[in-house]
Amino acid sequence: MNNIIVLPLIIPIVTAILLVFLRHNIRLQRIVSLVTVAAVSIIAFILLLEVQTNGIMKIDFSGWLPPFGILFVADSFSMLLVLTANIITAICLIYAFSTIGGRHERMFFYPFVLFLIAGVNGSFLTGDIFNLFVCFEVMLLASYVLVALGGEKFQLRESLKYVLINVVASWMFLVALAYLYGTLKTLNMAHIAVRVAEAGQDPVLTTVAILFLIVFSLKAGLLLFFWLPGSYSVPPTAVQALFAALLTKVGIYALFRTFTLMFTLNASITHMLIGVMAGITIVLGCLGALSGRDVRTIAAYNVIIGVGFILIGLAIGTEQAFAGAIYYLIHDMVAKALLFLIVGTMVYLTGEIIVKNMNGLIRHYPLFGWIYFIVMCALAGIPPLSGFLGKVLIGQQAVEGGFYVLLAIGFGSSIIVLYSLLRIFLAAFFGETSISEEDKKPIPKGAMASFVVLALCIIALGLGAEGIAPYVEDAARTLADPAIYIEAILGAK
Amino acid sequence: MESLIVILVGILVAVATYLILSRTVIRVILGTAVLSHAVHLLILTVGGLKKGDVPLLSQSDGPYTDALPQALILTAIVISFAVTAFVLVLAYRMYGTNGTDDFSKLGGSSDE
Repeated sequence: MNNIIVLPLIIPIVTAILLVFLRHNIRLQRIVSLVTVAAVSIIAFILLLEVQTNGIMKIDFSGWLPPFGILFVADSFSMLLVLTANIITAICLIYAFSTIGGRHERMFFYPFVLFLIAGVNGSFLTGDIFNLFVCFEVMLLASYVLVALGGEKFQLRESLKYVLINVVASWMFLVALAYLYGTLKTLNMAHIAVRVAEAGQDPVLTTVAILFLIVFSLKAGLLLFFWLPGSYSVPPTAVQALFAALLTKVGIYALFRTFTLMFTLNASITHMLIGVMAGITIVLGCLGALSGRDVRTIAAYNVIIGVGFILIGLAIGTEQAFAGAIYYLIHDMVAKALLFLIVGTMVYLTGEIIVKNMNGLIRHYPLFGWIYFIVMCALAGIPPLSGFLGKVLIGQQAVEGGFYVLLAIGFGSSIIVLYSLLRIFLAAFFGETSISEEDKKPIPKGAMASFVVLALCIIALGLGAEGIAPYVEDAARTLADPAIYIEAILGAK
Repeated sequence: MESLIVILVGILVAVATYLILSRTVIRVILGTAVLSHAVHLLILTVGGLKKGDVPLLSQSDGPYTDALPQALILTAIVISFAVTAFVLVLAYRMYGTNGTDDFSKLGGSSDE
């Protein structure tokens, strides 16, 4: 049974390699890629249920017992994220079928999406920090190709910057790993946690922790997000949505793992630093969202605000705050994917990217307009949609823990998010339309279907929060009490 | 021996930083390649340089050298090789379409 933990990594890689040989059979490529991602979603769901009954599951590759071998670990937190990531990828694929165009499809678009999701799944599942680096690189290499695919002038320019920034970030990851290995002589995450607890977190280890913080912040877009708006606005819409939903979230996941499991002892330095960075991130993201004139920039800065808000949950560091952060993380993945898909479709429909030049979209596309309204309300945190519960839980814990500045920044950002998105809604959807009935482009059926499914997900996550509560609570309990994780990996001490 | 290698790592990082801060794309890419070599040496050094015999039970009675850093470096070399190859191709295409390899001329917003 434990063997299926590795499938979310293996299946996409194997099918991606197969698809390389089916380059010109586009219909088959579409079917196989969608079936693959759907199958991984089902496996992730089964694993999530298994984890509830059996506790944390692990697989030691080739029988090398921890801390010596590499292992994959399935706990509620990672399985929730694998499940969400794969469902979103499936929906983005459906959107891509009708919009990405034959040129991309023949240039191995689907294999690279599968490599990307393999890297994402691997990052969520691995229990070895060097393996985390490798999975990051698998994901990043696929993302480099997806950013550059298309070969437009500005696209190549931005993708070169994106690649170089990530190469330097990966280098810093290796430096941090080298120092970690030099001081602790282990790479297994649970074993690192034990050794840190034994040795006490001395200044050297805190420095290593801060190095990891910088690396993962670069990936997550926490404070070091200068690369994000540029590179997230150049690829095709489906790829943008995938990036917005998955890539920064992997960085956030890594931050949660590192600072709830491994480096917990010196929280007055590391967690305070995370809190300060999260606060500044939200403020800067709000400024960007307010000053942006084109829809893509506004959407990209909304990603940054979301990252900051989730990490307030990590900075507060109580079990309830983790639960809120997990709720908000899942919500943010779904809502940001939908936001980017809608924004990309708006650009496609109007041929404009400046908000002011769009108008009256809701007259021609009423359902499309109302779905935008739903995602806007969800991102602002209006009940009963998905963003509400996460905001409430994080807010409550911020009050109890006395994090009033973060509380004010976090909830102030909700208003800015609402304002920035409402501005698009009023300018681009309301008013008289300048596109006549004959000139209007139809929204492809597949694209419309993906919007509807994602909007239903948002409503279901809000109304059915009770349903996912046991999984989220279990995930938060494991994060709050690292002993559960350590015991599951290394056995009872 | 370790101190010597660490100094070498420092020199490599300095060289790489100088290269990365230059304007020409190809120099920046060379800089990232040098940078990755520096960190490979660093991993080797922090693992301890040849503290014992080959880590094979039948060949020696110990003490053994830690073999893990070499495995890590091997993985990291493969990855950095792939990334460097990709960046070189990307830079070549970028030069072809944008007509310049000077980063200071590659600014501007994405909405042109």
